[in-house]
Amino acid sequence: MSSDSDLLDLAESIFADTGADLWKTLEETGLARLTLPESAGGSGGTLTDAAAVLQVAGAHAAPVPLAETDLLAAWLLHAAGLSVPTGPLTAVAGDLHVADGRVTGTLTRVPWGRTAAGIAVLTPSHVVLLTPGQVTVTEGTNLGEEPRDTVTVDADVPTTADAPAGAADELRLRAALGRAQLLAGAARGALARSVQYAGERVQFGRPIGRFQAVQQQLALAAAEVAAAGAAASAAASTAERDGCGAASTAFAVAAAKARAGESAGEVARIAHQVHGAIGVTREHDLRLLTTRLWAWRDEDGSEAYWQAQLGATVTAAGPDALWPLVTGMP
Amino acid sequence: MGPVTQTLSRLPALVPPPTVLPARAAALRAEVRAFLAQERASGAWSPRADVWLSGWDERFTRELGRRGWLGMTIPVEYGGHGGSALDRYVVTEELLAAGAPVAAHWVADRQIGPTLMRFGTEAQRRRYLPRIAAGECYFGIGMSEPDAGSDLAAVRTKADRVDGGWELTGTKVWTSGAHHAHAFFALARSAPPRDVDTGESNRHAGLSQFIVELDSPGVQIRPIPLLTGAHHFNEVVFERVFVPDAMVLGELGGGWAQVTGELAFERSGPERFLSTFPLLTAMLAELAGQPGAEREVGRLVSRLWALRSMSLAVAGSLESGQAPELAAAVVKDLGTRFENEVVDAARTLVAIPPDPGAEAGFARLLADAVLHAPGFTLRGGTNEVLRGIVARGMGLR
Ligand SMILES: Cc1cc2nc3c(=O)[nH]c(=O)nc-3n(C[C@H](O)[C@H](O)[C@H](O)COP(=O)(O)OP(=O)(O)OC[C@H]3O[C@@H](n4cnc5c(N)ncnc54)[C@H](O)[C@@H]3O)c2cc1C
Repeated sequence: MSSDSDLLDLAESIFADTGADLWKTLEETGLARLTLPESAGGSGGTLTDAAAVLQVAGAHAAPVPLAETDLLAAWLLHAAGLSVPTGPLTAVAGDLHVADGRVTGTLTRVPWGRTAAGIAVLTPSHVVLLTPGQVTVTEGTNLGEEPRDTVTVDADVPTTADAPAGAADELRLRAALGRAQLLAGAARGALARSVQYAGERVQFGRPIGRFQAVQQQLALAAAEVAAAGAAASAAASTAERDGCGAASTAFAVAAAKARAGESAGEVARIAHQVHGAIGVTREHDLRLLTTRLWAWRDEDGSEAYWQAQLGATVTAAGPDALWPLVTGMP
Repeated sequence: MGPVTQTLSRLPALVPPPTVLPARAAALRAEVRAFLAQERASGAWSPRADVWLSGWDERFTRELGRRGWLGMTIPVEYGGHGGSALDRYVVTEELLAAGAPVAAHWVADRQIGPTLMRFGTEAQRRRYLPRIAAGECYFGIGMSEPDAGSDLAAVRTKADRVDGGWELTGTKVWTSGAHHAHAFFALARSAPPRDVDTGESNRHAGLSQFIVELDSPGVQIRPIPLLTGAHHFNEVVFERVFVPDAMVLGELGGGWAQVTGELAFERSGPERFLSTFPLLTAMLAELAGQPGAEREVGRLVSRLWALRSMSLAVAGSLESGQAPELAAAVVKDLGTRFENEVVDAARTLVAIPPDPGAEAGFARLLADAVLHAPGFTLRGGTNEVLRGIVARGMGLR
């Protein structure tokens, strides 16, 4: 990738083109495996690159398992020494039983389970790559109508490896990091739509955006969008600089997912209030963004979960360690 | 969603990309922390809330000057240190987080130095900058007036042309620290509110900034006690105060643009979210060993961390010559609300009542924070006005 803005322009043009086969384009442009090393068939991009692309994907409510494929499955398989198949992938942690090449068990709420060419599963002891022929899928969704499926397996699975050390923590962090980017993007998308609508919808003889009450609400939403974006980008930047295993990254990702999750509810609330009744219809596109905001804030650790994690870290470290933790310098 | 791309690209960037502090920042930070630890151990002061308004301590300020931590961005030839704004950011955030008494130099170091570098004459720079960097010269801000608050262009202080300079008559209010400061920049009307070229009415035209030394004949400074009774801000009355031509700041008639530029330095710094940080630290100390507050603590910390990331991003963007006005306004809106959230959390989670008579500690910090909180979302442009700036930036007005 030649520069940050080239990458953003590319992502913007890809996600905006709704006519094309989005996943195919992501594969062809290398965005589908952006952070996987080139030696493993990826594009060798950074976590900052991935964050920027995911924020664009979120803003377009892109219906693809991009975070799952690139940040999670490709990373996990590669880290375990397994080769990374082509096609859309997904990854989850799950308590499957692995013995003598036989894998059995059930995974719940697997993102994009039904469309995945491979499901990378981190069990307490192994990394297992499941393929469609080995599993039975019962379909389910999240609030945004994205696939969250129940996947049952009872099959001989040749592709297994030992779980790398620390993989469970890193998988959880990467999932939250990716989700925070998507949330930040979707929040920005919902704000953009609301600002646009406020400039078009006329009541009392003028666009509603001319009313100061509406302006103040949209400015509050803008502040939330800025906070989510800054937090998500800063967490990616920390992860890139310090590595996903660093304590500073754990702190940053927890803070970012908690903050982005908080902003999601506020931005969705204001977006709907500004849109009036049209916004709550099936026909209107706003729901593509707001239902994802509501779904994603609770996935990969809700605000409550990450706030508690962060609070426990801070409390255990003691009052004098608070500022060093916030600045990332002990 | 075809038109979405257009919709998205029309929305301005609300926050610049993250700033990664340069490697040297860690050493600087460690030095400042070591100094602060030593100061605290000596008992010279105890951590307070809202120190950049109320922690006036000239000894401490001179000590910072001695260590090279004031005027850090002022060029060496003017007595400064020729450093970057990010170095200054590191020092100031450490001082604020520690609740150190930084009020004496606050205005001079934050905005007077940079403004003199932008608009000041050679003589003005030589006169003030070395003493600002040494921590020996203190400034106030002479903008607000009884009838000019949010609507700053309504200032009525007049500057009348006289032989060799100007005569100022009028009243400034809410002038923080004027009773200790050596000088301030007064915004005054030096010409009618008309565009010079077109002659059309324009209330932003005809305003100028003057450097007024506060011991000049005709200047009267009267305390306006805060609701606590404390003396921090003042009424400053000018009766035909003579200001020589050499003390006009920048361009005659260019005061509006200069003042709005000056306000930009004011909006996004760490003082916009750290005013109650010492209370947060004290709250954690009081909570030690009591389970149940982790979520609320984590919530505050996540918000604080996000704010600092945003504020640093703005600082990095300013340093690279950009003017991220929207992001700066957003930092101040969210940051000053966060300062209030800390107050609410502290009083909800810890069962120690606020005590304005306590020497130090949680009860005193809480008392000061509660009583100072209304000012957080007013000073430097109210949050409503900031949201108006954001709305305009998004094309709504
Ligand atoms: C602690 C403290 C220290 C200060 N120090 C200084 C100083 O050193 N030097 C200095 O010059 N000034 C100083 N100020 C003044 C400060 O800049 C003003 O208080 C501020 O600009 C607001 O002006 P005002 O108080 O006159 O309120 P007003 O402008 O009268 O506003 C009152 C209320 O009306 C709202 N409002 C006004 N206009 C609009 C609008 N267009 N749309 C929506 N709402 C609106 C405001 O948001 C606010 O809620 C200080 C203030 C405080 C509290």
